[in-house]
Amino acid sequence: MNQRRLWDLLPRLTPVLAVLFALLVGAVMLALLGTNPWAAYRALFVGAFGSTNAIADTIVKATPLLFVGLGICIAFRGGVLNIGGEGQLVTGAIAATAVALAVPTWPGWLIIVLSLFAGTLAGGIWGGIAGFLKAHLNVNEILSTIMLNYIAVFGMNYLLRGSMMDPLQIKLGSFTPQTARLPRAADLPRLIPTRLHLGAAIAVLLAAAVYVLLWRTTIGFRIRTVGQNLRAAVAAGINTKRYMMLSLVLAGAFAGLGGAVEVLGLHHRMFTDGSAFGFTGSAGFNGIVAALFGQLHPIGTIPAAFLLGALLTGANKMQRVMQVPSALIGALSGLIVLLVVGSEIFRRRQMRRADKRNSELEDAVDAKENS
Amino acid sequence: MTWAMMVGILSSGIRLATPYLYASVGETIGQMSGVLNLGVDGVMLMGAYVAFFVALRTGSLSLGLIAAAGIGAVFGLIMAFISVTLKAEQGISGIGLYLFGLGLSTFLFGVTIRNVQTIDGFPDLAIPGLSRIPVIGEIFFQHNILVYVAFALVPIAWFVLNKTPFGLKVRAVGQNPEAADSLGVNVGRVRYLTVTLGGMFSGIAGASLSIALLNTFQQNLTNGMGFIAVALVYFGGWRVSGVLLGALLFSTVNAIQLWLQVKGVSIPSDFLLMMPYIVTIIVLAAMAKRRVNAPAALNKRFERGES
Repeated sequence: MNQRRLWDLLPRLTPVLAVLFALLVGAVMLALLGTNPWAAYRALFVGAFGSTNAIADTIVKATPLLFVGLGICIAFRGGVLNIGGEGQLVTGAIAATAVALAVPTWPGWLIIVLSLFAGTLAGGIWGGIAGFLKAHLNVNEILSTIMLNYIAVFGMNYLLRGSMMDPLQIKLGSFTPQTARLPRAADLPRLIPTRLHLGAAIAVLLAAAVYVLLWRTTIGFRIRTVGQNLRAAVAAGINTKRYMMLSLVLAGAFAGLGGAVEVLGLHHRMFTDGSAFGFTGSAGFNGIVAALFGQLHPIGTIPAAFLLGALLTGANKMQRVMQVPSALIGALSGLIVLLVVGSEIFRRRQMRRADKRNSELEDAVDAKENS
Repeated sequence: MTWAMMVGILSSGIRLATPYLYASVGETIGQMSGVLNLGVDGVMLMGAYVAFFVALRTGSLSLGLIAAAGIGAVFGLIMAFISVTLKAEQGISGIGLYLFGLGLSTFLFGVTIRNVQTIDGFPDLAIPGLSRIPVIGEIFFQHNILVYVAFALVPIAWFVLNKTPFGLKVRAVGQNPEAADSLGVNVGRVRYLTVTLGGMFSGIAGASLSIALLNTFQQNLTNGMGFIAVALVYFGGWRVSGVLLGALLFSTVNAIQLWLQVKGVSIPSDFLLMMPYIVTIIVLAAMAKRRVNAPAALNKRFERGES
């Protein structure tokens, strides 16, 4: 009996096994290229957990992953594959920055509320474009959201090199593409004296809200039905177009809020290095990894985002100390996605076996009762 | 705009179509058999890196090309394993493959080459006779060999897909795998072949960038080209002729955009850079009605005995 229990647990353990396997592959690659994997991974661990500041940095890194990941939980469960996290983060961040810079003299709490709202709205609109294209024009949302990512980034570059550029940069003649520093009143309060800011707490609270939304409301039920069985949803009279659109709008809104929080809590200005990754640190893609890792469950996404944040923070240290390019962790996160998604088949077989066992049990009970 | 500039733009358009052609034609073959591979960009990056690295270290461009084709095939094989044997969600798997290829190519570049540098790529090969035709000759017949092969690939792929038994199997598997299976076609084997082939071509597409067109490598060299290549399959209505048209349209838009940037036209460069992506979305939206041409089994997993 115990053996079977362990076997049943295996699907739940898949994400952890996936990470371990990916780290193993990484170790092999490092060894083949002449770097000591233990030393590299030790640097990784220290970078993520080695001090209070490190742990704070890990949580700070995990925060946008959680925001994006929550949106992904909604979207993927709603049957829409939102890959537009990068663009939605950027649009949210730009909107929040614009609002905060526009009203620098207003009371801090008001600036924060308005900026976060603006970011959420902007991200929701950006996701909504893809939602509209999918719902009404049947455009593959993976492709449209990816295209929108690039459009958002070029738009961001344009604004940061032009109308939103820091007047100080223009005066100094350095023309670094970034905005002025946001009013200090708009800084998100710190939770402890490190870089850890309120955004993390907001994200965790929202995770609970998303759980309630998906499993305790009619809207959430409809979203999930559209995602699980489109035909059944149509038969049940659900307006599938509306809920597909809603899923993408919500996903965009969460990512947009994440971008706004990044600006108000961590960077206090908007900047670019020409690509999306400069500002977002690939949080748009890593948020997807976090959500998949958390089995598309909002509460599960919390530890998933934390773990991924740890890997990413550690990777920076690993690069500084051991000259191992942090891109290795990026590659491993792709591998984790492949492993998690690829192991679905075992989970499905598990469920079928469990169902079969249950029905056999029922038959046995019936037979006993009827004899 | 002078005549010479126009010729220059068109000639660039032909050249720039090369990576799109390799990647798109490869992806078309895979999609015709029902498999959507969104990892093309990652495979292109790996192909670009491997080609550049091998060519740099060995001095042989051909070896670099073969290596790129090889790593592309390996990545294609991985995708085939995940989508066909493990029957995983194809869209997400593709994104995972993309992230893996992007990260791995950047990592390997940072460890082995480190500095951005250039290489002497495949030289231009003027086709004797034809290249001397005024105007046409300069536009079409003065490119490097990878360009010529890319264009030659189109009729070859058309022939294979439409006039050979293998092509028939591919199309059958893409439209109705259950029926094909009941007729004795090994659905899994066909898909493994098409997806691996598609990966190989994506690898070559990457090589065409790093050792023929741009003659360099840096992180994220492709910057989304692979995704556009996938979109081009939709644009082409799953016909290689349509894909050719789409690739040419795209690359000409790119060439015009580059020319406008050089000219210093008042449209900000960022908006010009946006053009290909906006055009892709418009095209995808316009294609919505034409989706009837999509292989019916595209992006659906195939399980024996499951409806």
